[in-house]
Formats: sequence, C-alpha cells, structure tokens
Amino acid sequence: MSTKKALLIDLTLCVGCNACQAACKEVNKLPGDEEKTLSPTAYTALDEYDGVFVRRMCQHCDDPTCASVCPVGAFTKTAEGPVVYDVDKCIGCRYCMQACPFQVPRYEWSSTYPRVQKCVMCHERLAQGLPTACSEACPTGATKFGDRDELIKEAYERMNAEPGKYVPKIYGEHEVGGTSVLYLSSVPFENLGFHTQLQTTPLPQLTWNALSKIPGIVSVGGVMLFGIWWITNRREEVKKFEQRMNDRQQNNGSEN
Amino acid sequence: MKKVFTTFGFWKIVAVVLLTAGLYSTYVRFFEGLGASTNLSDQFPWGIWIGFDVLCGVGLAAGGFTLAAIVYIFNIKRFEPIIRPTILTAFLGYVLVVVGLMFDLGRPLQIWHAIIMWNPRSVMFEVAWCVMLYNTVLALEFAPVILEKFKLTRTIKIIKRISIPLIILGVLLSTLHQSSLGSLYLIVPEKMYPLWYSAYMPLFFYVSAIAAGCAMIIFESFLSSRAFKRGLEIHLLQDIARVCVVMLGVYATMKFVDLSDRKILPLLLEPRFETYMYWLEAIVGVIVPFILLAQAKVRSNPTGLFVSAIMVVCGFIMNRMNVAITGMEGWSGVGYFPSLTEFSITMMIVTIGFIAFYFIAKYFPVFTHEEHHEKEVAHAAVAWKRDIESVSQMVEVNN
Repeated sequence: MSTKKALLIDLTLCVGCNACQAACKEVNKLPGDEEKTLSPTAYTALDEYDGVFVRRMCQHCDDPTCASVCPVGAFTKTAEGPVVYDVDKCIGCRYCMQACPFQVPRYEWSSTYPRVQKCVMCHERLAQGLPTACSEACPTGATKFGDRDELIKEAYERMNAEPGKYVPKIYGEHEVGGTSVLYLSSVPFENLGFHTQLQTTPLPQLTWNALSKIPGIVSVGGVMLFGIWWITNRREEVKKFEQRMNDRQQNNGSEN
Repeated sequence: MKKVFTTFGFWKIVAVVLLTAGLYSTYVRFFEGLGASTNLSDQFPWGIWIGFDVLCGVGLAAGGFTLAAIVYIFNIKRFEPIIRPTILTAFLGYVLVVVGLMFDLGRPLQIWHAIIMWNPRSVMFEVAWCVMLYNTVLALEFAPVILEKFKLTRTIKIIKRISIPLIILGVLLSTLHQSSLGSLYLIVPEKMYPLWYSAYMPLFFYVSAIAAGCAMIIFESFLSSRAFKRGLEIHLLQDIARVCVVMLGVYATMKFVDLSDRKILPLLLEPRFETYMYWLEAIVGVIVPFILLAQAKVRSNPTGLFVSAIMVVCGFIMNRMNVAITGMEGWSGVGYFPSLTEFSITMMIVTIGFIAFYFIAKYFPVFTHEEHHEKEVAHAAVAWKRDIESVSQMVEVNN
C-alpha cells in the first residue's frame, strides 16, 4: 500500500539558491545552465517577486486535467502522486498545454519530433523509496517531501504556531480538487502570480458533463431519426398505394 | 467572353501562388519544426490551424449532414439536386481537416494512436473517433458518384441498401462532433473570456454549425453555378435560407439568454478589444443576416441570398477564431498572430479544397440531376397538384 506523496513548499523559507533546479537537471539529465522560467529543459524554476522566491513546477493534481484531456492517455496519475508522461503514446496535439490550469507543460518547439516536458516528481526515485531530488537538495527545507495528509497537517501546524506570519491558506489543498504540490506563503498568493480564482472541483468534471451525455444522444437520436424516416417513408408508400388504387378504380369505372 | 477568360486566368494565378507558398511552408514546417514555422508558444499552444482549419473546416461541412437529414430522413426529395455537391463539400471539408491536423500535430505520424490507445474521458478522443468514422461515412455517401462513372452498379446497390443506417449514423456523428468541438473548450473556464466561455458551448457550436452549413450550401451553389455555367436552384436555396434564418434566431436567443443568466450582459458594453470582436461577430454573422434572410424579398433575390450567406459564413469563422484565439489571449498573457507560414499553409489547404471540388465536379456526375432538373421540377409540380386533387376528391367523397 502506497500513500499519496506530496511536496510542501514554504515560500518563507526559500532563499532562491536554485539548488532544486540544479538537482532536478542532474537527476533528469536535462542540459543547460540556470534557467529563470520553465522550459523543456527546466522542470522547475524560481520566479522572484520583491525578494520572495516562488518555485514553479507541475502541481501534480489529484485529478489531472492533462491526463483527462489527452486523447491517447499519455498522462497517468500514479498512486504515489506523480503525474507521468509517456512520450511513446503522445501524438503532439498539445491539448494538455491548452487545458492545464497552471500553464505548466512545455513543448520542444525547436524539435521536428517534439515532446511535452514537465516535472515528473521523480517517480522512479519514489518507486525506490527515495524522496524527490529537489527536496533532497533544498538546504533550507523550503521544499519538503512526505505523505500528502501529513504535509497538510504540518502546514496547518506551522500556520497556527506563528499566527500572522502566513496568509491563512494552503495553495494546492483544494485548487482544482487538490494537488500534490502545496504552497505556504506570507504574501497573498495572487500577488505572486498564482491563479487564485481556480474552482475547487476538478476540471475534468466539466468535459465529462458533456461526454457522459453521448450514449443518451446516440440512442435517443438514433431511435428518433429512424422513427422519422419510418414515418416519412411509410407516408410515401401509402401515397403510392392509394395512387395505384385510385388509378385502378378509375380504370374499372371507364371499363364499366 | 474575354472578361470571363481573364477572371479565370486571375484565379489560376492566385491558386498557383498560394500553392507554391504553401509548399515552401510545408517544407519549413516538417523540416524545421513548429517553432520555426509558427508563432505558437507554451503560453499559446493552439493557433490558426486549430481555430480555422479544424474548427471552421468541420463547421462549414455541416451542410452535409443537414441536407442528408432533410432529403433522406425527412424524405423531402425535391432537395435531391443539391445533395451531391453538398456531400462533396462536406467530404472535402473533413478530409482537409485531417490534412490540417497533420500540420498541427507535433507527431503527425502517430495520429493512428487514437485508434488503439483509448482515453474515453478526453473530448479530443471523441473528436478523433468522430472524424475517423464520419470521414468513412462521407466517403460511402459520396462513393456512388465515383462508382457511377465507372458503372459499378453492383457496388452501388450494396451501398444503397445500407444508405439509411449510414445517413442516420452520419447525422449522429455530426451532432456529436460539431458539439464536441465546443466541448473541447469546456476545460478552460478560467482561461477563456466570459463572453465566449459558457457551459453551453457544445450547443452553441452545434446550432451555429447548422446555420453556417446552410450558408455554405448557398455559397457553394452560387460558385459552382458560375464555374460550371449552370442554372441556380434558387427555389431550393430559398428554403435552405429559411432553415438558416431559423437557426440564426435560435442561436441569437440562446446566446442572449446565456449571457443574461450568467449576469454578464454589462460586458457587452465594456470598451475593450474582446467586446469589439464579439459585436463584430454578432453583427456580421447573426444580426444582419437574420434581418436580411427573414424577408422573403431578400431570400428570392440571388444577390441578397449570396451576400447574406457570405455574411453568415464570415461571422461563423469570426466566432470560431474568437473562441480559439481572441478569447484565449487575455489570460495567456501573450499575444498571438499567425505567422506567414501558418497563413500560407492554411491558404494552401483552402486552395486544394477549391481545386479538388472543381475537378471532381468536372469529371464525375456531381451535378447530373441538373440536366433533368427542369423536368423534375415540372414532374414534382404535377405530382403535387395530383395529390391535392386526390385529397380534395377524398374529402368530397367523405362528405
């Protein structure tokens, strides 16, 4: 039995050393030096807002929008928490990028055989019982790896221990149904480039509302169309028959 | 005569220029990648190829299933003379949607994955299957035209035997597919500007596609009547225009009720780019053509009919582009305007559509009904008169 893992990112502890990105690049064998924004070669990056560093990365939603929209099922939410991507399935429609409420997936635009790239929460390390590379590398404990339930408990404890230090919210606890990456901050999230208007129900529900009507539309529509055809067709047959009878009657009449 | 020749020469030159530019762009797209050929970005991953080639290509093909339902399901046989060119338009539209997708997909050679790798929760999965199945249905619906040319009567008989289930399947697939293009965008409630985002987008897409499909039937009839110097079925097109005007009315009402239900009517007066684009789309594509086509005088006038149809088609294209591009720009934080490469590939695909239609119509019996047309109309009129007479006789007898 595996419990759902998560990352707790406490923005008040982050000093912007970029060790998370360096460790990430090493483990995932991504080329290039320090990058300031997410890219196909940077699964995580630090944004700065007046001295506050914000770590951007895939949020690993509990009900991931990317996994629901992908026509070929290239994304999977694993039981341990990571949302992983199977490049061998991908057809490159980029619906995942269009749909992601956090604008996370990045595309290899310069490649003629491009992949979608994003953080995979070190799922291979997790399978071996190891934490993510970024949380291991973080020198201040700003990124902490653990069980999601316990990290949420701990986040509330931190907020209660120092009232007024944090804004009273764990970003990611409820957003689009909850995510496996949780944030604590002393600055209101909307000032740090977070989308705070996100709904709390998972987005895939929206498209499912439409998709789940398909069997009904097909069966009712099919029967209705067939019915209409039967009626109009029958009407024509009856008309033809009456015509014939009429003609015969007239013929009989003329013979007599 | 000379004038006709020069205009035809002009269009030939346009076609050659567009095809050449398109071929070069095709090279850039496939040998240098999407980054080099498009203005797409991580913030704006879907551009004109999805907005125009796919959304409009499919929508404008809606005449195919609308007319098929009218002729074969509702058994209104007098529309038969225009069914073949309409099915051809729909078929070419759908084939070209697939061509457009091949440009847009990052890994086009993997397009077949949707056949074996299923994700029924994905709208895109539904779209993929509808495109595949409806392309097959359209191919079968159009096949008799090709088979007739080669006198393969036995094969035609087999297809005719399954024609009703085929037509019903086609109507169902189109219904699903037209609406599912709207469902595609249900997943972006925060990203799309509220004037366009609505839980009823699937319905809006469906109804507007029927209106645009009708307009396309009129548009296409006019063009082919000029290109092939044949008569215009104005009496049929008038009735198609009546379907169109009803659909426009239904569409406008639904849109208004939706905006007022969501209490965002004031957004219609907010001075910003999205508002202007919304009004442009509504005035050009819905309000003015509705007023025009609602009048019998306009419907029976070829120019009035043609102009109104073009307005509906333009408004429809604007609507899809607004949903795909204008409505998404604000949230994405970046601007998007298609690159020359994107434009030229789209123009190339449209040009291929026109050329393919021209040659198929020229060498295959697409407009065969036309020759017997006058006779048929006369027959229909006589038959109709006879019906009325027989009914009135029956009434008399009963009395």
